[in-house]
Amino acid sequence: MLPFILRRFVGMIFVLLFVVTITFGLTLMMPSPLTREKAMTPETRKRMEAKYNLDGTVWEQFTRYIGVRRMSSGEYTGLLQGNFQPSTKYADRSVNELLGNTLPISAIVGFAAFLIATAGGIWLGSLAAVRHHTPVDTGAMLAALFLISIPTFVVGPVLVLIFAIRLGWLPVGGWTSWASLILPAITLAGPYVAYIARLIRTSMLEVLGQDFIRTARAKGMTDTRVIYKHALKVAILPVVSYLGPLAANLLTGSLVVETIFNLPGAGPFFINSVLNSDRSLLLGVVIVYCTVLVVLNLAVDIAYTFLDRRIALSS
Amino acid sequence: MTPAPPGAWSRLRKSPVALVTMALLALVFAFAIFGPLLYPAETDPATRAAIPPWKKIVASNYAQVTSSEQFVPPCREHLFGTDVNGRDAFARTIQGARISLVVGLAGALISLVIGTSYGLVSGYVGGRTDGVMMRFVEILYSIPRLIIIILATTAFDHSFKEWLNDHGHSVLVGYSKIIILILALGCIEWLTMARIVRGQVLGLKNLQFVAAARALGQSHVRIILRHLLPNIIGIVIIYLTLTIPTVILVESFLSFLGLGVQPPQASWGSLLADGAQAINPIKSFWWLPLFPAFVMSLTLLALNFLGDALRDALDPRARR
Repeated sequence: MLPFILRRFVGMIFVLLFVVTITFGLTLMMPSPLTREKAMTPETRKRMEAKYNLDGTVWEQFTRYIGVRRMSSGEYTGLLQGNFQPSTKYADRSVNELLGNTLPISAIVGFAAFLIATAGGIWLGSLAAVRHHTPVDTGAMLAALFLISIPTFVVGPVLVLIFAIRLGWLPVGGWTSWASLILPAITLAGPYVAYIARLIRTSMLEVLGQDFIRTARAKGMTDTRVIYKHALKVAILPVVSYLGPLAANLLTGSLVVETIFNLPGAGPFFINSVLNSDRSLLLGVVIVYCTVLVVLNLAVDIAYTFLDRRIALSS
Repeated sequence: MTPAPPGAWSRLRKSPVALVTMALLALVFAFAIFGPLLYPAETDPATRAAIPPWKKIVASNYAQVTSSEQFVPPCREHLFGTDVNGRDAFARTIQGARISLVVGLAGALISLVIGTSYGLVSGYVGGRTDGVMMRFVEILYSIPRLIIIILATTAFDHSFKEWLNDHGHSVLVGYSKIIILILALGCIEWLTMARIVRGQVLGLKNLQFVAAARALGQSHVRIILRHLLPNIIGIVIIYLTLTIPTVILVESFLSFLGLGVQPPQASWGSLLADGAQAINPIKSFWWLPLFPAFVMSLTLLALNFLGDALRDALDPRARR
């Protein structure tokens, strides 16, 4: 187990380094953020370039960004030191600060959506599997297809129109109370409820045909207990391996709901950083999101081996 | 050469869902392709008559103002009403369909070519090469794809516009972002396809017909192209059908954010963005978002339904 984790951990570092390098390479294509400032004396330009790590060769900039070469200030203030550099667009604010203020909101919305997606998906999928070949099954799978096909930026405004504008139950947007969380989380979770429901239905159908389920039924267990206690334990495995991509999609998907519902999350930085040629902010966003993703993937893999082993032991 | 398992088409034909969705898709495509013939962009009858039909289909300009009044609700003259600039919303929806469908098809086709070749090579060569290639796919999976697409569209846009101008394609300059978007989407959405193709090839390559072909002295390239490819075509088509809606969705999402198609061109996403702005508690111009949202959701739904129906019909494992 430990060598496995260690190996994956080293792999993780490589993936992150790879991503940083690719993104850094791509940012070189963006116009320099300093070209926007029109009047600038050569001295000011030089000072600005030094401040934003835009001086010297590309290799120097890259190594300084990583934190293995001294900045022009004479210190190591790169990634290895936990520093994302100052943002070129938002004057006098570091990327650390910008992300620190906004990421928690994205994380809360994402986590709420995650809970809704897994709970809703497992419920809908099991329902469809148990009532296989009945209208309930057909209805559930139809609902799932609708959820997948209708884009979130259609669902979001419709929900706002119904629950916020017409009924006035929930806020239209913004981040004022816990009620502001409900509509964004539901909107974001929609398609993933459907994906999980489809996964669960397929694997549940397979599991329900197996002997140990018949045994459990024969013992006189209630249906609910058989399904949620015995069958789900096995049927959930494909979902567990889907959790990594799910987290990734929720992270990037938050960009949509944050735009629709006007939430002060980190999503808009995705776009703004590119449009403003804000290299440090862009790199910061990419690195944070990638790290979350890679760590989650590792966690899922570890959880999977545990789950698998327990099943192997118990059956 | 029968790529699909025998009887796939007849099974597909028996499924009412598949038939209905195919009819719906045909309708949407007809709407997008031949819309300009029924619903000309030129309001002036004299100029309209002067334009040959093929030209209307190939290059119809729906960006122009057709009504002096803005926000006209749906009526006989303007079936879907008019927008803030007095442009006919029906014509705009046709144009949106044209761009969104082209992006979806082209992007999915590029991803199909990349994904299939990658998967074929990875699965067929196997061993260490396969390990490295699949590891690379895993790494690409963990990059936030949306960021890469946004970055690519903004980074290459300027130089691509210049390139288009220098090479005498100045007609295309207005579409430069969309073209880059298609390429970027195609280069990014192939991962799932590669994985699935590789999985299939891994199973197929140890079968006797491959060994027989090898014993007959056929080259690896020939085996891949003539023996393996036909056998995976079915599953490739299924995932092509499922990739198209994904690509359409991403494109419309980017256009919704203002990063895709540039005005005055329109795609479903940008129309929805305009429409969403026209919805407010005081006075809502509901017809602006409603029709593009409806057509788009219908198309995506039909494509997803068709993909599922195809999978049921073509995938031997899913057959019950």
